[in-house]
Amino acid sequence: MNQRHGLTKFVVLIVLLAMVFSLSVYGATKPAFNWKMAKGSTIKLMLVQHSIAEAMVKKIPEFEKLTGIKVEYSITPEENYFDKVTTSLNSRMGDMDIFMSGAYQLWDYAPAGFVEDLGPYLKNPKMTAADYDIADIYSGAIGAMKWDLVPGHKAGTGSQLGLPMAFEIYSLAYNKRVFKEKGIKPPKTMDELLAVCEKLKEWGGKGTYPLAIRGARNWGTIHPAYMSTYENYGAKDFKIENGKLVSLVNSPESVAMNEMWVKLIKVGGSPSWSSYTWYQAGADLGAGKAAMLWDADNNGIQQNWPGASKEAGNIAWVPQPLPSGASKNNSNLWTWGIAMNKASKNKVAAWLAMEYFTSKSYLLYASTVGNAVDPVRASVWDSAAFKKKIGQHEGYSDTFKATINNTRILFTPQPHFQETTTEWAANLQDLVAGKYKTVQEGLDDLKKKTDEAVKDVVIK
Amino acid sequence: MRMQTESALSDPISINKKSANIPFLVKARPYFIIAPALLLTIGILYPFVMAWYYSFTNYSFSSPTYHFIGLDNWIRMFSDEDFWHAFLVTSKYAILTTGSEMLIGIGIALLLAKSTKFTKFLKVTLVFPLMVAPVIATVIWQLMTNNSVGIIEKFLNIFGIYNFPWASSANTALFTAVLIDIWVYTPFVILLVVAGIQSLPKSPFEAAQVDGASPWFTFRNLKLPLLKPFLYIALIFRLMASLQESAIIFALTKGGPGDTLMNLSITAYTKGFQFMKFGASLTYILFLWFVIALISNFLVGRWLAVQKQAAGN
Repeated sequence: MNQRHGLTKFVVLIVLLAMVFSLSVYGATKPAFNWKMAKGSTIKLMLVQHSIAEAMVKKIPEFEKLTGIKVEYSITPEENYFDKVTTSLNSRMGDMDIFMSGAYQLWDYAPAGFVEDLGPYLKNPKMTAADYDIADIYSGAIGAMKWDLVPGHKAGTGSQLGLPMAFEIYSLAYNKRVFKEKGIKPPKTMDELLAVCEKLKEWGGKGTYPLAIRGARNWGTIHPAYMSTYENYGAKDFKIENGKLVSLVNSPESVAMNEMWVKLIKVGGSPSWSSYTWYQAGADLGAGKAAMLWDADNNGIQQNWPGASKEAGNIAWVPQPLPSGASKNNSNLWTWGIAMNKASKNKVAAWLAMEYFTSKSYLLYASTVGNAVDPVRASVWDSAAFKKKIGQHEGYSDTFKATINNTRILFTPQPHFQETTTEWAANLQDLVAGKYKTVQEGLDDLKKKTDEAVKDVVIK
Repeated sequence: MRMQTESALSDPISINKKSANIPFLVKARPYFIIAPALLLTIGILYPFVMAWYYSFTNYSFSSPTYHFIGLDNWIRMFSDEDFWHAFLVTSKYAILTTGSEMLIGIGIALLLAKSTKFTKFLKVTLVFPLMVAPVIATVIWQLMTNNSVGIIEKFLNIFGIYNFPWASSANTALFTAVLIDIWVYTPFVILLVVAGIQSLPKSPFEAAQVDGASPWFTFRNLKLPLLKPFLYIALIFRLMASLQESAIIFALTKGGPGDTLMNLSITAYTKGFQFMKFGASLTYILFLWFVIALISNFLVGRWLAVQKQAAGN
C-alpha cells in the first residue's frame, strides 16, 4: 500500500516537473514581439509643434532601427495645423499615415470616415506587444479618444479613435512670492478668488493684474478653466430631446457660472483678455504681469523652469477654486494623441509607430529627457526620474493627484464642436463687453445659435 | 503673278496640297503661342467654376458624401444676420482704410515731389512697411501696443493713458485694424502718386507759372486732373485689396472681440475651415467676388475715361 502511494507520488511529481519544464521551455522560446513585421515600409507623420512631438523626432532613428520602417514627418505650428490635417484627410489620398489630434477634432473626423478604429489592433496580440499595458494609461485620457460616433453619447465607449501621448488638466498656478508679500492665501472657492482679484488689482504697479485667463475668439477659450467651472456649477452643455441635441447654455446653473466668470474677468483679467490664448496667459504669469494663471497645469510649468522667465521658481499650483458648497473638483482635459488616417496605405507600419510612440518606455523618455510634463501613463508619474524632475515645482504633483480622478471630457461629443464653442467664446466676449443687458439675455441668444448649429444632428 | 494667285485660290485641291506641305511645327506654332494663356485661363477658371458648383451643394469636410441642394446655401446666407454684419464690417473697413490711405498717400506724395536729399531718404524709408508681410506687421503692432512692454503704450503713458484697449475692445478693434492697414499700405499709394507726379509734363506748369497762376489753382486745375489716372489705379488696387482683407484681421483678433471684425473673408474662412461647411463658406467668397467685380469694373471704366481726358482726347 505504502509502495503504491509512493509510486503515485513519484508519478505526480514527475508529471508536475514535466509541466513546469514544458511551461518554462515554452516561455523561454515564446517568440518576442515582431517589430520587423512591416520592414521596408515608409510612413508619413503629421505633427504639431509641441514638446511631445519634439521628443518623437528625437526617437525616430531608434524606431527606424527597431522596425526597419522609414519615417517621414512634417511639423506645423498649432495655429494652422488642423487646416492642414483636415485638407489632407479630406483628400482621401492617404498621403499621411498618422496625425496628431485632440479628442474634439476626432469628433469631426471620425463620423466622416477619416479615422481608423484602433480597437482591433489593440486586441490583437500579434499586433500589440504584451508589455504595452493599456491599463497603465489614465482612464480619462484613453477614454477621451474613445467614442461610439453617436452625437450626444459621452466619450469613453465605442471605437478607439486615437491614442493619447500627453494631456493637461486644469488648475490654478500662482506667484507664491507675490502671495507671500501681500499676505494672501491661495483661494479655494470662487468667492475667495474674486476677493483675491480685488486685492491684487495692479499689485505690482501699472500694467500688472490679478488673473491670466484665456479669452480669444475660439474653442480654446471654452475648454480649459471655463468648462471645468461650468461643470463645477452643475451646468451641462446639451441634453437629448426627441432625438435632437438641445443646448442648455442658458440654464440657471450656466447663468450663475457666467455671471461669476464675467465678474472675474472684469475685476481680475488682463485688459487684453479677449485676444488671449494659452501662450499670452502663460507668458504674463512668467513675466510678473499676472499674479495667477487659471489654465492648463503644464502652461505655467513652462514659465517655472530655471531661467525660463522672470518669475521662474516663484510659481506654485493649487487645485481649481470651486463654487461655494461644491466638493468635487471636476476638470476637463485636453489631450494630444495620435490617430491613424483610414486612407493610409501602410496601416501595419503606422500602427507599430503608434504603439512605439505611446509605449511606457517612450513616454518615460518624453517626460524625463524631453519636456512633456503631463504624461498619460501612471507608471511615468510613479517613476523616480519623473518625480525628481517634477518635484521642483511646488504643488504641481499634489494638484495633479487631487484632480486626476475627476478629470474627463466634459463636453458632449457632437460633430459641430468647433462651431458651437467658437460661438460660445464670441458670446463670452460680448458678455464681458456688455453687449447684452443681462447675462441671461446673452446666453438666450447663444442658445438660439447653438440649437441652430446642431439642428441637423439626429440621434438614433 | 496675280493671275496665278487667283487660280490657286480658286483651286481648293491646290490649297490642300500646299497646306499639307507646311511642316507640323509651323502649323502648330499658333497653338503653342496661345497654349500658356489657355492653360492659365483654365487654371483660373477651373477653381472658379468648381467654387460655383460647390456653392450649390452641402459639401463639408466632415461628411463623406455631399449632394446638390440648389439655392439653400445662398438663401441661408442672405437670411443670416451674421452675413449682413460681415458685409457691414467689410464695407466700413474698406471705406476707412482706402479713404485714409488715399488722403495720407496723396498728401505725403505731394510733399515728396521736390527732389532733395531728405525727400530721397524718405522715399526709400517710407517703402519699408510695404516690404513686411501684413501678418508680420500685425504681430509687430501687437508688440508695440502691448500694455506692458509696447512702445506705443509707453508713449501713451506719458499723457496719462494706461491700458488702452486696442484690439481687445469692441470699441477700438476696428480702429486698431485700420491703423495697421494704413501703416502697411499707404506707402503703396505714395509710390504710385510720386511716380505719377514725376511723369507729368513740365510745359503746362511752366506756362501756368508764366501766367501767374496760384499754387492752389495749378494743383486743382492742372496737377490733379493730370494725376487722376494714377489716383484711380491706386484706388482700384487698394479698394479691391481692402474688401478682401483677411491677414491683418485674422492675425489681430480672428474676427473678435465677439464678432466685431468678422468681415466676409474671415467669416468664409471660419465657416469653411473651422466649421468645415465648405459649400456654405463659398457663397460668402462668391458674393465678395461679385461685389469686387462690380466695383472694379465701374472704377476701371472711370480710369479709362480720365486717362482719355488727361491725354486731351
